[in-house]
Amino acid sequence: MSSTYKLLILGAVIVATYFVPSIIEVFAVLNFTVYIIMGMLALSLAFVWGMGGIMVLGQSAFFGLGAYAYAIGALNFGAGWEAVAVSIIVPAIFAALLGYFMFYGRISDIYVGVITLAVTLILFNLINSTSGPQYKIGSARIGGYNGITSIPTLDWPNGSMIDINGMFYLSVGLLIAVYLMVKFYLTTKYGKVTIAIRENEHRAELLGYNVSLNKLITFSIGGAIAGLAGCMFANWGAFVSPTLFSLVQSAQIIIWVIVGGRGTLVGPILGCIAIQWMVTQLGTQQTVNVSFVLGILLTIFVLLVPAGLAPLIAGTIRKAFGRVTKKGSALAKEPNS
Amino acid sequence: MNSEVILEAKGLGINFGGVHAIKEVDFKLRKGELRCLIGPNGAGKTTFFRLLSGQHEPTRGEITFLGHKISGMLPYQVARLGIGVKTQVPSLFEGLTVYENLELAANRVSTGKQVERDIEDVLQRIGLQDARNVKTADLSHGQRQWVELGLILASKPALALLDEPAAGMTHAEALKTIEIIKQITVNSSVVVVEHDMDFIKQIGENVTVFDRGEVIAEGTFQEVAANPHVREAYLGRKDVSDAGSH
Amino acid sequence: MDFGLIIAIEILGSIAILVLISIGLAVVFGMMKVINMAHGEFIMLGGYVTIYGTNVAGLNIWFCILVLAPLVVGLIGILLEWLVVRHLYGRMIDTMLATWGISLAIVGLMTMLVGNTTTGISTPLPSVQVGSFSTSGHSFFLIALAVVIIVGLAALFKLTTFGLMARATTQNADMVAKLGGNPRRIYALTFGLGAALAGLGGAALAPVTGVIPTIGVSYIAKAFITVISGGGTVIAGNIAASTLFGTISQAFTYWYTPIIGEVALLVSAVILIRILPKGITGRFFKKAI
Repeated sequence: MSSTYKLLILGAVIVATYFVPSIIEVFAVLNFTVYIIMGMLALSLAFVWGMGGIMVLGQSAFFGLGAYAYAIGALNFGAGWEAVAVSIIVPAIFAALLGYFMFYGRISDIYVGVITLAVTLILFNLINSTSGPQYKIGSARIGGYNGITSIPTLDWPNGSMIDINGMFYLSVGLLIAVYLMVKFYLTTKYGKVTIAIRENEHRAELLGYNVSLNKLITFSIGGAIAGLAGCMFANWGAFVSPTLFSLVQSAQIIIWVIVGGRGTLVGPILGCIAIQWMVTQLGTQQTVNVSFVLGILLTIFVLLVPAGLAPLIAGTIRKAFGRVTKKGSALAKEPNS
Repeated sequence: MNSEVILEAKGLGINFGGVHAIKEVDFKLRKGELRCLIGPNGAGKTTFFRLLSGQHEPTRGEITFLGHKISGMLPYQVARLGIGVKTQVPSLFEGLTVYENLELAANRVSTGKQVERDIEDVLQRIGLQDARNVKTADLSHGQRQWVELGLILASKPALALLDEPAAGMTHAEALKTIEIIKQITVNSSVVVVEHDMDFIKQIGENVTVFDRGEVIAEGTFQEVAANPHVREAYLGRKDVSDAGSH
Repeated sequence: MDFGLIIAIEILGSIAILVLISIGLAVVFGMMKVINMAHGEFIMLGGYVTIYGTNVAGLNIWFCILVLAPLVVGLIGILLEWLVVRHLYGRMIDTMLATWGISLAIVGLMTMLVGNTTTGISTPLPSVQVGSFSTSGHSFFLIALAVVIIVGLAALFKLTTFGLMARATTQNADMVAKLGGNPRRIYALTFGLGAALAGLGGAALAPVTGVIPTIGVSYIAKAFITVISGGGTVIAGNIAASTLFGTISQAFTYWYTPIIGEVALLVSAVILIRILPKGITGRFFKKAI
């Protein structure tokens, strides 16, 4: 796709975003905002796994840490840039620490997957067990399985409140900004090495690249992005709970990426939005369990559509466009015949 | 040949689970030298390469390269000091194009416009200008081997270790490979592992013979070929070793 | 003295629980290089078979724990191997993801069938008096069962034709096929054996913990850590890792809380992989796995 096309698509997305709140109901705007925030979470894994080749099964750990860091930060020193910074830095540092042990220990992919999953499960148990009044950080009680409620939320820089529509715009704006930053990073020398490591770790090392360090950086950037998504989530509902760390949450992120397509950035974001929508629809009925549907979906995709939907859709579009151009040229020839 | 020694291994050895894969090897390489390593399958040539490039840590002995003790270093640290490796089975960034592959090698040693110039230069040397935007996974076996040699050219190492660069090639491809190797020798010292005797004759340089994890002879091709130990160990057993499993 | 004895029993109990929840996973990982993410659900199913077998069908509880649960869950394992796992051999990551899908689906299915509440069952074993302290008699059963499983597995792998074939298949599946063995059937049986062991573990633990469809989650973190830290050798690795982590987690549980015990287990595992990376996996043998 040419860069003109990409700019056109980006422009269309921005215009559509502007009009969405005036078309759909308030409740739908609220829901859609969460889809977009989760889209950023999907983007974080699309980057770490799809681009960096690091299979993280417990990406929700950083999402949850970001959300909790924002909540605790905002309760201690107000809903300002400090709390946002904390929500990005805490998960990034946590990722760097964990990454140091994993990547410098040079363990293989599946072990990274298993360990990150174990980390998020144990964080879930840990936070769950902190319901007593003795568990607090500064003036913020962690609250155990009840989570933290009434979190102070962000205002616009000019001091006016961020309303429901404003939150939607902010989420879309941040998602686009982070997406563009990730895209840019991948064109830098470091970013190219990240992709090279996904392709062939051993060769990258033999060329003189410090694979462990690059993976650690990739993993930490992914943690930071997931943390920012967590921060947005905490702002969205003014509420965080241990379920942010749960196994189902971790599984969903994986499913978004698998369904959307490993190896692309846009695919997982779209996959995330589609599946979130599906989950919301399923939530309105009682007969079929959501977890059951998600599980079947994951297994079927791995078995039958391992590359995800993005390459499939891209292929279809390319074919459609190809046909159009052919038709066009055939029409152009007609007068001569 | 009085130029300085750039690589030296002293008493080098490694065990794999009690087996002495390399027993005790002394090895010297001078600047600008092209050395061939030969020996029957399982003689320890590839293991020796892996020791030199930091992929295995030696059990005993040490390696110095350009005055640095490199035994115990990680592969990327060894690579940064200037050792480039072509592995036995082509190891490329399969999903990336030829250009992108070379870019990754060139980026390590050059910056700015020089990177592009380096890549163009290498593309021309390995004769793959027209395949620059082809994913390496889609190339023929011979072309893939050349891209890997291109990675070495682009990263301009002081020493290149080439493990069977002509394996599985047609005669014409092998000839082109020899040309590329000669290009590498212009700026780098080179050690080549090869099975094909014709190939070694054509390169026509000094030969070191490995057998059972030891160096059993060293000298020109003629000297080595005339050496009775070598004939017994390598040439005499050739049929046996070829029939044996890898 | 009595106190020391109690502590020793509790540590042994903790180790035994780790063995029970991880040995099935270890067998499947060690013999087939498959990380079965649905392992926790196999444990959960073992618990339900026991509870329904005892409370609803009125069967003897020991029969349910020791025979029915492993049998039923083992058969479920063989079925899933046939439906899903066998199509993904050699693709470790995809196998993990597909079995994760199975895991979610089983949790969802059980939630639809039995609801999202804990069902309990009590052990018929009385508590045991050690001096002035008392401890659960069920702990002794768990310790004994773990020992029997380990010994039984060692015998199975060393002494039977199936064990020989299974070990040979791990080494070289093609060679086994050439010699007239059927690697596919051996893999299916091995996966079934892993599932049966998970079912047995879950059944044995049901009287201690009760069962809820989501209970698998509380086991898998510990089970995974134990198995991957144990390394390639199924039985020895599992005993070593279970002993180390069981002791660490029990010590921290004793000093602080069970949650801190779990955190200590994870932290020690993460540090272990940094200090002993080769104890877990060789970095250049990744593709050989």
